[in-house]
Amino acid sequence: MARASVHQRPAGGGFELMAWYFMRVSGLVLIFMALGHVVIMHLINSVETINYAFVASRWALPGWRVYDWVLLALAVLHGANGIRTLIDDYVHRRGWRVVWTSALYVLVFGLLVTGTEVILTFNPVS
Amino acid sequence: MYRGGQGMWSWILHRVTGVGVMFFLVFHILDTWLVGFGPELYNDVMAIYNHPVFRLGEVGLVGALLFHGLNGVRIVLVDFWPQASLFQKQRQLFYVVVGLFVVLYVPTAWYMIAEILH
Repeated sequence: MARASVHQRPAGGGFELMAWYFMRVSGLVLIFMALGHVVIMHLINSVETINYAFVASRWALPGWRVYDWVLLALAVLHGANGIRTLIDDYVHRRGWRVVWTSALYVLVFGLLVTGTEVILTFNPVS
Repeated sequence: MYRGGQGMWSWILHRVTGVGVMFFLVFHILDTWLVGFGPELYNDVMAIYNHPVFRLGEVGLVGALLFHGLNGVRIVLVDFWPQASLFQKQRQLFYVVVGLFVVLYVPTAWYMIAEILH
């Protein structure tokens, strides 16, 4: 058994240890937040009824904007760190690692910016 | 690395479901971003998700997220609770994950598919 779990706790501390803890803490929070989001949006409501008016009424409450922003940030960072682990494991050529890692960072930045922008600035037209 | 068995399967499934959820998340953030461009565009884009193929994808997405979450709890338990990292316990924990997944997902998927067909 090379590994007792997905990735063993990194020795030596620093960024890798922080990332290791972040995956576990954000993962436990996301169980409630992401599954809660799915239950509310996909089971109680439905993609059939989610439209502009639905979003406008939901985001009229600042609490839902806060919830959605925290979910956005945790999900993007948790997912991005997971992809970083895959790049580490599967991309061995140095040049390709730079390409994939750069693409990942651009994607993460773009997703956080667009997501934050719409949550902060959305102002429904009536 | 692993040579078959539950450890390998939970590890592969965790990666596959994680990548799947992340793939959807990218599109989901972009579709939500479109709400800032007014009702016509947003409603047109959301209508795409009503297509039966996307509704089935939605059932798969919920399954991927549920498995990833349940198996993630198992990973955290194994990491922070030395008792759970014993090989025998890890195997039992994986069966608990599979059992919980089946109990929670079968009725959920049933309900979602019934909603598509109605």
